[in-house]
Amino acid sequence: MDAVLIQLLNGLDKGAAYALIALGLTLVFGTLGVVNFAHGALFMLGAFCAVTFQKILTLSVKVVDPSITFFVAYKEQPYLEIWFGELGLSIIDYAVPLSIFMAIPVMLMIGLAMERGLIRHFYKRTHAEQILVTFGLAIVIQEIVRHFFGANPIPTPAPDIVSSSAQIGTWLGLSENLVYPWWRLIYLVFSGVVIASVFAFLQLTTFGMIVRAGMFDRQMVAFLGINVQRKFTIVFGIAAVVAGLAGVMYVPVLPPDYHMGMDFLVLSFVVVVVGGMGSLGGAVAAGFLLGILQSFASMTVISELFKGIDQIIIYLVAVIILLTRPRGLMGRKGVMED
Amino acid sequence: MSETVLKIHNVNKTFHGLKALNNVNLEIEKGKVHAIIGPNGAGKSTLLNVIIGLLESDTGEVLFNGENVLGKEPHEINQMGLARVFQTPEIFPELSLLENVMVPALAKHEGSFKFKFLRSLASEKSIKEDAISVLSSIGMSDKLHNLAGSMSRGDKRRLELAMCLVQHPKLLLLDEPTAGMARHDTNKTIDLLKKIKEGGMTKIIIEHDMHVVFSVADKISVLARGAIIATGTPEEIKGNPIVQEAYLGGSHE
Amino acid sequence: MLFEKKQNELTTMLIFSAIVLSMPIWLDPIGANYPDLLQKFAIFGIFAIGYNILFGLTGYLSFGHAIFIGVGSYTAVWSFKLLTMNVIPALALSVLLSGVVAVMVGYVSLRRSGIYFSILTLAFAQMFYNLAYSVLTPITNGETGLQLTTKDPRVIDRMFEAAGDGLPSTELFGISMSGYSGFYFCAVMLIVAFFLSLKVFNSPFGLKLKAIKSNQHRMKYTGYNTRPYLLSAFVISGMFAGLAGGLMAVTDPLAGAERMQWTASGEVVLMTILGGVGTLYGPLLGVAIIKYLENIFSSINEAVLYTLFDFLPVWLQDSMVVIVMPFVGEGWHLTLGLIFMTVVIFLPGGIIEGFQKMKDRFSKTNEQEKLKQGGE
Repeated sequence: MDAVLIQLLNGLDKGAAYALIALGLTLVFGTLGVVNFAHGALFMLGAFCAVTFQKILTLSVKVVDPSITFFVAYKEQPYLEIWFGELGLSIIDYAVPLSIFMAIPVMLMIGLAMERGLIRHFYKRTHAEQILVTFGLAIVIQEIVRHFFGANPIPTPAPDIVSSSAQIGTWLGLSENLVYPWWRLIYLVFSGVVIASVFAFLQLTTFGMIVRAGMFDRQMVAFLGINVQRKFTIVFGIAAVVAGLAGVMYVPVLPPDYHMGMDFLVLSFVVVVVGGMGSLGGAVAAGFLLGILQSFASMTVISELFKGIDQIIIYLVAVIILLTRPRGLMGRKGVMED
Repeated sequence: MSETVLKIHNVNKTFHGLKALNNVNLEIEKGKVHAIIGPNGAGKSTLLNVIIGLLESDTGEVLFNGENVLGKEPHEINQMGLARVFQTPEIFPELSLLENVMVPALAKHEGSFKFKFLRSLASEKSIKEDAISVLSSIGMSDKLHNLAGSMSRGDKRRLELAMCLVQHPKLLLLDEPTAGMARHDTNKTIDLLKKIKEGGMTKIIIEHDMHVVFSVADKISVLARGAIIATGTPEEIKGNPIVQEAYLGGSHE
Repeated sequence: MLFEKKQNELTTMLIFSAIVLSMPIWLDPIGANYPDLLQKFAIFGIFAIGYNILFGLTGYLSFGHAIFIGVGSYTAVWSFKLLTMNVIPALALSVLLSGVVAVMVGYVSLRRSGIYFSILTLAFAQMFYNLAYSVLTPITNGETGLQLTTKDPRVIDRMFEAAGDGLPSTELFGISMSGYSGFYFCAVMLIVAFFLSLKVFNSPFGLKLKAIKSNQHRMKYTGYNTRPYLLSAFVISGMFAGLAGGLMAVTDPLAGAERMQWTASGEVVLMTILGGVGTLYGPLLGVAIIKYLENIFSSINEAVLYTLFDFLPVWLQDSMVVIVMPFVGEGWHLTLGLIFMTVVIFLPGGIIEGFQKMKDRFSKTNEQEKLKQGGE
């Protein structure tokens, strides 16, 4: 029972990341009709927003280390510590969550620039060309990141206070061994909030209504004389922000490196097709479902039966779903059928 | 004595509770041009789509020379000798005119699949000659190597017709062969249709333009609200009060 | 193009063979004449020619072809380990086994078209990569990669002679497959591959593949069962990739999972479209350009750049080096990505189409001038 619960929780936080990336991917696909292979790169850029923010906060200067008295020793001291003392240090400690405030505008700008500068010109081109150009863009983005940040993963820890584990077992009156890292719990809640706000935005605002109508029938909306193009640019920006936020907050879970985007891209495509192309609810559901599935497949009981099943389970499921239910779990008829 | 090529028997088709085809029964005689007319939304295209396997019907059977075609794959139906011209021209825009006609000719010759990649296309002489003769019959023998995609819409539709003719089908289905054409273009197509009529090929033609219908059809069936309400020679149909009623009723809607 | 006579085919093959086999001579002046690079030209040439039969002719964009490179490589190395260092059985098995895998992957993936096909191949690519990297470690030796050892049985070789002391090298009936002899062997394989591709292009089969790309709907209503055609194209291209993978092992007998990363399939797409997708020569042109540039760009380092910009004043020299540095050496992939984007944005038909357009424009203006002169 505990083991099952633990795997469930482990699956949820991974699933939350899948869901967030897939949400933006399918939003862009459903509205703009563009298959964006650079979406994983947006996730990666989000992660590096956090890294950059932390770097900025920890800009340091060499000062004499007073704790060593035998000779004159130097140590690096962040400006923030020099200026604000203890407060400065705790700001640094909270670098990751604070970097959200930087990531939102930055990712929005990146998203808008990407749509205006490149994607817009590919609305009328074939899907193959959309895939290829965004694939090229993804390579360019990841190589730029590698140029500035190097090839190695950069550990970027969560705030000290949440670096331990939550005693979930004790809370629920179950085994004490049932613990779950605080940060993953936060990630889960955070992604829930982001997903809920995207849905609320689409359900409750006029803008969201037009976007949903556009997903349903693009030509119809264009006939109504609404400037769909501009709306779609903003949609792309939103998708970029969602992917970026998923990346920012994932940094303490997985130290980011330049090719994490490509790794997550394939997974999130799988999530999107399993959920059903163009279905937002499907993307979220499939994201969590596949995360949990992957987590269960890595249980020792199962991996002893089928060695390495956790490595391929998601792809197997994707293949089976695409063959038996080509529209995915929640896809509508008429989206991307040829 | 007339031989039946196609027999449509008790075909029903419902879309979301809407009856598109209501118990359709129809017999097409060999060597005849049979036109199906009817107001918009009468179910003409649905009927054609059921015949060629694009749509599945709910009930009934469609017998082509005594063999049921319902539930067969499109390529199987074509291989049985049933070819179709679509409403929007379905050609190979990136290929030359000659290639466009050679592809169906090869299908007739080689069947639905043949893996012969070491044989050169240049050695398929008889197929090439066939294709060229069909293209010259529609007056396009001078632009064999032009790309099909660069032609006018009327020419594209005539090319598609040629692509069907080169297969010498037992039954040819034409879905509004002159829709969206200018007068002189339409006349060109009518001439072409008359010319093939002399060859004795059985044809079903769906058409809006009565001028076309009365120029080429031997027999006419009228479809209204998914049901056949009359079948007869052009003269019989012209004077039929039920038909006039249906058309007038249709235009009121 | 379509009705080229048999003779033309022969001429084409003769000219092509001459060009390929004389590469060591005419590539010498541009500094590309060394076996390693020449082998790469030939091997990736085979890969791209094969990929073009699928993507170029049918329009199906696969991200799974690195799978077959990997299968080919692993098979060849196993053949070297278990049977013999002779390359013939190794390559035969590589082609055969990658063909079998291609039938399986293709059969499933081709049940869908468009982007669903691409995503299915992507899923397969990732699945096979994970299999090779960790799950099937006993077969692939996981992270380290599969290598030859002195303890390998090599049963066929043992029948004729005792094992030597060191690691044996790959050979073709006694001729070692390293250096120039390795290149000539790859070149012969490339010529064979090109011949097959030429045959496909000029056959009714090839015409039908092009027709499928142009309008699959029409093909079905023209009496064709398109799926076996697509599967044949997929398997042929998979076997070409398997041959290329096998040759990689022939020239350097080891195999690693990184060859199977789906992004490796992306590289072959780039080479194919850069030259001209769906054209006979385009993919080869793309391979030549990319591999040549890769060779130059990745060998450049800071010192080379400083000598390159030596003629400039010092401050300008410094800034030029800083500007250019991200694009060379390790940064070659950045340049590659930029080339990729540029080609897709501005020249989706590739260089061959670019030439064609220029030629057309040129001949058009020529004709117009002639008309003008005639009118006067």
